[in-house]
Amino acid sequence: MARTSTDHTSSISPLYEVAPKKSKILQALEDKDTSVQFTDPLENEMILNMGPQHPATHGVLRLLIKLDGETVVASVPELGYLHRGYEKLAENCNYHEFIPHTDRLDYISPLMNNTAYVLAVEKLLGVEAPKRAQYIRVIISELARISSHLLSIGALGLDVGAVTIFMWTFREREKLYDIFEELTGARFTTSYTRIGGLSQDLTDGTKRKIEDFISQFPARLAECESLLNRNRIFVERTDGVGVISRERAIAMGFSGPNLRGSGVSHDLRRAEPYLVYSELDFDIPVFNDGDSLARYYVRLGEIKESVKIVQQAIDKLPEGPYNALAPKKVLPKKERIYTKMEELIHDFMLINFGAAPPVGEVYHAVEGSKGELGFYIQSKGEGHPWRLKIRSPSFMNLQSLPQLLNGRMISDVVAIIGSIDPVMGEADK
Amino acid sequence: MNTAVVDKLKAAFPAGILAAKEFRGETTIEVKKEEIVKVCAFLRDDPSCAFDYLSDLCGADAYTPEKRFEVIYNVQSLSRRERLRLKVFTEESDLHVPSVTSIWPGAEWPEREAFDMFGIIFDGNKDLRRMYMPEEFEYFPLRKDFPLMGIPDSIPLPRK
Repeated sequence: MARTSTDHTSSISPLYEVAPKKSKILQALEDKDTSVQFTDPLENEMILNMGPQHPATHGVLRLLIKLDGETVVASVPELGYLHRGYEKLAENCNYHEFIPHTDRLDYISPLMNNTAYVLAVEKLLGVEAPKRAQYIRVIISELARISSHLLSIGALGLDVGAVTIFMWTFREREKLYDIFEELTGARFTTSYTRIGGLSQDLTDGTKRKIEDFISQFPARLAECESLLNRNRIFVERTDGVGVISRERAIAMGFSGPNLRGSGVSHDLRRAEPYLVYSELDFDIPVFNDGDSLARYYVRLGEIKESVKIVQQAIDKLPEGPYNALAPKKVLPKKERIYTKMEELIHDFMLINFGAAPPVGEVYHAVEGSKGELGFYIQSKGEGHPWRLKIRSPSFMNLQSLPQLLNGRMISDVVAIIGSIDPVMGEADK
Repeated sequence: MNTAVVDKLKAAFPAGILAAKEFRGETTIEVKKEEIVKVCAFLRDDPSCAFDYLSDLCGADAYTPEKRFEVIYNVQSLSRRERLRLKVFTEESDLHVPSVTSIWPGAEWPEREAFDMFGIIFDGNKDLRRMYMPEEFEYFPLRKDFPLMGIPDSIPLPRK
């Protein structure tokens, strides 16, 4: 029995009837102005989809790359695979409740994010943490910076084929995580700071542990350095790769070690000193080449400076309270909540309605491990922010990625991403 | 208040500068929407201002009948170590704001983000796609009338 033509068409899956719609990201790639030209007839054009699940993209970064042979002609990064809507969440929880969410921004250095967030809220509320808390915040920020830069260096080595360095830096990071666990009760999701102070004090035991770490660490770092600094493969894979000029870096909003790798001596710890950085002595490593190797050297130098800062902060660490005395803004101690009426009332009000700042807006930025980590908060006088914007350094740094990749080989892509050191938790918010 | 910069701006743009406020030592200058690109160019190029670095650009939803949306520019001068905040307002009926990508190329992604979250359209941004949300998403999640739990079926999921 002959089948009619209508039967025939209906048996075809509708998938094949409609031509696939060109996605906007592909359109954006094709719209890019390409300045890289080739005359070799053997070269051919190809579009490569890298990520979001790719070990070298440091998380869920997706890159659409147009290749000519092995050379990158144009590229478009796509973000949002880890977007959790933290800015929306922040508008719906009070100032204290948002602290644990900051752990999940840059999950390599959560202590830094905790500090940055509470500093912005304290500026809004007009509270200042006591000296001891400020010194402890400096210590934890710098330990977080060491941890983050160690990961960055190790992962960059891994990306260009040096596997040992990754193991060695992770061995040191493990010791740091032990310290974090003892200090905060958690390895990764620390939520250590509180508005006006800290959740708990730095005990003598933990202090000794930090001192032990700091005393043995420079020798371990020197070993790591010796694996890379004169490693011909590592140097040749990073030297002159992914160059960005000083002017371009400023215009594109580069920050942190990436900006200082391009010869701009700008560090917020020096430019607008917060906490007690003005009382501490440290240098700002700056390299002028603007390539992947320069960014690596900046991070290496910063680790050494951070060691110096931690050592000084521990030596100078004053005694005293670790929480500010501001009953309507700072959470009271647990034992006082259970025994005193006033504290019970304040705790109830703070937990249920939040600390109410005046109407206004503030922006406060710290020198995070990836760059300028800022929080912009709009307050309408309620216990929760009206608008909270996270200025995430990884987001701004990633924006320059297409410029760094243009004209480079496909194998350089991983070395360049590794040297920018993006963390997608922060870039995607 | 950063009076030197405010006075200079008021002299250069008598109609463009609407207000200047100070809170916690930070200066916020309200700028007329049409003038924002000129004001930014002046701030970047004038040697006594030299605001060469755009720290951040973001949108906000005041959820008022008039002047509902605002765009906030946090700018910084690396050489003079100073910060300044600019602000423009826009109506719900007219979501267009001039793009400052010609002044600071790094504004491209933050503008895309503000477009993604609030639907503010930046005229002059060459690549104004959604930043985080899927391409076919129809809503603007950070607007105050977008529910926290999301809108059911707004993101198509595969059938079982």
